[in-house]
Amino acid sequence: MSRRGIALLGGLAILLLALPGVANAYLLSVATLILYLAYVGQAWNVMMGFAGQLSLGHSLYVGVGAYAAASLFFHFGVGPWAGLWLAIALSVALGCAIGFLAFRFGISGVYFALLTIAFAEFVRIGFDHLQWTGGPGGLFLKVAQRDQIDLANFRGPPEMYYYAILCLAALAFAGCAWLLRTKAGYYWQAIRENEEAAQALGINTFRWKMLAVAISSAMTAVAGVFFAFYYNNLFPEQIFHISRSIEIILGPIIGGVGTLFGPILGAALLTLLSDGITEGLAAMGWEIPGVKHVFYGVVLLAVVLFLPNGIWPPIARRFGLRR
Amino acid sequence: MSLLRAAHIAKSFRGLKAVAGASFEVPERGIVALIGPNGAGKTTCFNMIAGVFPPDSGAIRFEDRNIEGMRPDQVCAAGIGRTFQIVKPFAGLSVLDNVMVGGFLREKTRAGARSVALGVLRKLRLESKAEMPASALTLPDRKRLEVARALATRPRLLLLDEAMAGLRPTECDEMVAIFRELNRADGLTILLIEHVMRAVMALAQHIVVLHHGEVIARGAPAEVVRDPAVLECYLGEETEV
Repeated sequence: MSRRGIALLGGLAILLLALPGVANAYLLSVATLILYLAYVGQAWNVMMGFAGQLSLGHSLYVGVGAYAAASLFFHFGVGPWAGLWLAIALSVALGCAIGFLAFRFGISGVYFALLTIAFAEFVRIGFDHLQWTGGPGGLFLKVAQRDQIDLANFRGPPEMYYYAILCLAALAFAGCAWLLRTKAGYYWQAIRENEEAAQALGINTFRWKMLAVAISSAMTAVAGVFFAFYYNNLFPEQIFHISRSIEIILGPIIGGVGTLFGPILGAALLTLLSDGITEGLAAMGWEIPGVKHVFYGVVLLAVVLFLPNGIWPPIARRFGLRR
Repeated sequence: MSLLRAAHIAKSFRGLKAVAGASFEVPERGIVALIGPNGAGKTTCFNMIAGVFPPDSGAIRFEDRNIEGMRPDQVCAAGIGRTFQIVKPFAGLSVLDNVMVGGFLREKTRAGARSVALGVLRKLRLESKAEMPASALTLPDRKRLEVARALATRPRLLLLDEAMAGLRPTECDEMVAIFRELNRADGLTILLIEHVMRAVMALAQHIVVLHHGEVIARGAPAEVVRDPAVLECYLGEETEV
């Protein structure tokens, strides 16, 4: 990485580490949301950005991960550090089931995307009827004590959650940067660019696509566990909803699919601007429900029209950075 | 000793016989050209060898095992590299990264794949363009990239599907020189489909002529181009070679 890139990363790291010291509760919650979306966007990017497999059902892995860890905690008092493994196992199993069906039977492109939506919907309907997790009425965790940090049960003040998700986002960033430089990264990109040519170079495309799905779903499941313990309530109607999947992919699409900074930049821009607009309008006395979604639509349209590769690539070029 | 032996391979598409029991061999370290008019079944033969689809009947033997019915990646791992008639570069990646993808077949590490790729790029005289995005290459360079990528998998047999098509005569001669060097210095065995007779005559030690999915002639280049059957169906009476 270039010297400029390191300087940029260092500056960003200092800013993010120092943020809880200067930000109020509201700003901290916005920052937490940004990092959460940046993290999930990074996870989605492994599948779509690196390996070229479009998932429109990533809410599935968030939801399954969240419900797995939360219900273990709710029913048996099993902490999230143990629940995490169940969350990952279930998500990866589901991801691999989808991947197996699609890749084995040659379902690709938009049809693959439809399959991912279908699975997310199946599971949403399933959880609506699963009384053990509260059905449509939702699953509620006892709200955390704000004044003490209980790391074992992942309960504590907002600052703790902020640092946890910052840690996750940083790990995901570093992990993805590393992955891109490995054989897997090269093979995924080859599959993304031209699957037939990739196969002719000795790449077992089925196996490597499955690996991308497994890694992406595992990462996303971790986000689900975070979500459950941060927000403390889960409803199938919300967490599995397709709008959640769309929210996950907007960041990387607007920031730049397949880039490392894209998911982070996209999540930050979208969240800051949409919250800014909502707050700004509220300050002027206008409460317009749904204004956020209109804003998402307009931004997406503008990016697709004017910057089809996302916002990050032209910035990277301008400042002589890579990716 | 033949490296590749196709025995009575046949393939039909919806009743249309694309290849009807063709047999041919490629000797170790040899260069064999598969020629014939459009629709003769040349690319279908290639695709059966490369594992794109299995033959309906017949056997394909490479080294000492049968490879018919293997997947393309298995065929490549077995030691057969191929290029595509319509080039398929990984457009979003640099030239070097394109070739490194091939290099990773036999090298686990990035450094290993990189050194293999750089070596291949040098052989194909593409090293000065290593950092360029593949999408920025001209057609002759894309054709070379196609070959470089296949070579990075370290094949014993290279299948070239019209590697010279669309090249100017001088560019074509350069490619011929490169393939000759690869054959001579590295012992690479080559099976090529080619319409550019200039390249066929300069490269091939042996020619197999396909017509309507059947082998109608085979032999040394000088004999084959005088064969009346070949002249009639493909080269034409007036062709000066």
